[in-house]
Amino acid sequence: MPYKILEKKQIAPPVHLMKVQASDVAKAAKAGQFIILRIDETSERIPLTIADFDAEEGYVSIIFQEMGKTTKQLAKMSDVDELQDFVGPLGTPADVRKLGTVILVGGGVGIAPVYPQVKAYLEAGNKVISIIGARNEDLLILEDEMKAASDEFHVATDDGSKGHHGFVTDVVKEILDSGEDVARIVVIGPPILMKVAAGMTEPYGVETIVSLNPIMIDGTGMCGGCRVSVGGETKFACVDGPEFDAHKVDFNLLMSRLALYRNEESECLENHECTCRGGN
Amino acid sequence: MVAREKMPHQDPEKRVDNFDEVALGYSEEQALTEAARCLECKNPKCVEGCPVNVDIPTFIAEVKEGKFDEAIATIKETNSLAAVCGRVCPQEVQCEQYCVLAKKGEPVAIGRLERFCADREREKGVEAPVKAEPTGKNVAVIGAGPAGLTAAADLAKAGHAVTLYEALHDTGGVLTYGIPEFRLPKAIVREEVDYIKQLGVDVKVDYVIGKIKTLDELRTEFDAVFLGTGAGLPKFMGIEGENLNGVYSANEFLTRVNLMKAYRFPDYDTPIKRGKRVIVVGGGNVAMDAARSALRLGADEVNIVYRRGEDELPARQEEIENAKEEGVVFKLLTNPVRILEGENMTVKGVECIKMELGEPDESGRRRPVPVEGSEFVIDADIVIIAIGTSPNPMILSGSEGLEVGSRGTIVVDDSGKTSLENVCAGGDAVTGAATVISAMGAGKLAAKTINEYLKNN
Repeated sequence: MPYKILEKKQIAPPVHLMKVQASDVAKAAKAGQFIILRIDETSERIPLTIADFDAEEGYVSIIFQEMGKTTKQLAKMSDVDELQDFVGPLGTPADVRKLGTVILVGGGVGIAPVYPQVKAYLEAGNKVISIIGARNEDLLILEDEMKAASDEFHVATDDGSKGHHGFVTDVVKEILDSGEDVARIVVIGPPILMKVAAGMTEPYGVETIVSLNPIMIDGTGMCGGCRVSVGGETKFACVDGPEFDAHKVDFNLLMSRLALYRNEESECLENHECTCRGGN
Repeated sequence: MVAREKMPHQDPEKRVDNFDEVALGYSEEQALTEAARCLECKNPKCVEGCPVNVDIPTFIAEVKEGKFDEAIATIKETNSLAAVCGRVCPQEVQCEQYCVLAKKGEPVAIGRLERFCADREREKGVEAPVKAEPTGKNVAVIGAGPAGLTAAADLAKAGHAVTLYEALHDTGGVLTYGIPEFRLPKAIVREEVDYIKQLGVDVKVDYVIGKIKTLDELRTEFDAVFLGTGAGLPKFMGIEGENLNGVYSANEFLTRVNLMKAYRFPDYDTPIKRGKRVIVVGGGNVAMDAARSALRLGADEVNIVYRRGEDELPARQEEIENAKEEGVVFKLLTNPVRILEGENMTVKGVECIKMELGEPDESGRRRPVPVEGSEFVIDADIVIIAIGTSPNPMILSGSEGLEVGSRGTIVVDDSGKTSLENVCAGGDAVTGAATVISAMGAGKLAAKTINEYLKNN
């Protein structure tokens, strides 16, 4: 049962948005959940957080950054192609409810999974402050969409090409120091960003939630490959998460487990690029 | 007494370098010779040992006369997965245990004859089954493993419209993700599933019940539901170092190898760590499968660490022998204490402790007790935990009123009914991890119960 690609566009140099026809997934999807896709018979299964979905139109959007072979292959696909597998919605939905003021932080490609949460927190009646950040202006995604869905909106770039010159965490700190009564902070981005953010917010005692992206295969609790340590307990990110209390996550373990197949990933990518060049 | 025909095997030295099937199957001549050993008892006991009641005496008599087409037809009357059962059933504790010849020597090789009949039919090309007259009722079957496939086949044969939901991208359940190619070629599983599709079963893969739809929703969409969701959740030991890089659950290790075909990396994209020194913890069939897969992936040394003794190993004798022939080392009466950390959060070894057997525990087996001060270290770069699995709780979200036991198993009565009207369950989801054939037996029973229910409702 292949899944039709409805649209594919590049939204930043290495970042792409893909709309996939998957009406059953779209009907059931909630903010914070993810899907697992497989391009064809020989491909890996890769998890990607749902960036947007429309139950009526029956599509689910994903946003990915070109990294390894699978994401580079995906980047070359278009609306004439199909994905062999598209499973979801997986994971526990984000615990969105009315809390007061909520800060939502998206770093790099992590802006994508934050977006549906921004909409959901706003809809639940919260004051939503969003902060997006990237290395530079060109890498910022969903800026207009995020701005439109937020009460307050901030941008940070590492090189200062747009908004605050520095990290998103600087902006979070400023808001917390300003005396704003913040009920919750949600941070999604590269593990190092989430680790730094967790360390920064901890002294303030503000509940901080991160969405973890470990290596996984089935996404239904069957393989245990995605295990993470939270508060000293082993959890499966696919079913117990992907969202966890940032102050309890062992980020060093997460980062080390994410690097497990680095050599194999480069081998796979090199092979792929050789084949591609050879074929051209 | 004529000796039992030996199963031809791939040479151990060669087979450790490939994933091709180890047991090669009887020739026609061997099948005829073996079938001729059957004494055709007046009161045959063998059928009693078969969870799906295959008419063993009839099919063996047919093989004896060279009527192979008739023989497979007899088997298929009650068993829609004959080629699978002929390979992975523990016949030695089922049908063959009851064979009268077993009292004095070796029983008739019922499993091998079953396999012969199924393989011969497949080579010839399986005839498409005749579809039953539609009843106008529809049934949802959750999980395309042995229990679900069997239930789906029987329900379709009865004329119900069956939709089979599977969470993974391929059907077969443990037959596909768990049991390796060298013990059960996937082409066989695929053909058995094709047969079930020909019966009219609508197979939906990539479909996670509990997420995309709940059981409550399915109960209103369908006249009846069968839950064959298996025991897919891996158990860990809870010891230090279990999250280090290089520690796999047997489920993950085998899923990478079998479902994702990591043994063919980089032709297939999914990687697996090929350890040089591998430790597998556990003594069941899954542990044997993991150990033998690790050897085939190029390990120099594979140790099975098991806390009880040789006699207590839960794996089939045949699999233990195969593993030993291939060079797997058994460290029995040994239990891991902690996994030792090397560079960059990787595994460098396992600290173990020697055990001795004490008084019998609640399972009737003698309880292993640690021998104080006997700790020692086995070097390793990969550790595979194969100490069992438990039912996946995912199905339980959105299943109001479904009664579940203390170990997460679904509670059923002796006809396979759950606490919910129009919902039956069977297989590992009910019993906890058990055998392919017992799951098939449960699928069969539940299909019968659902049939009766649908007649009256």
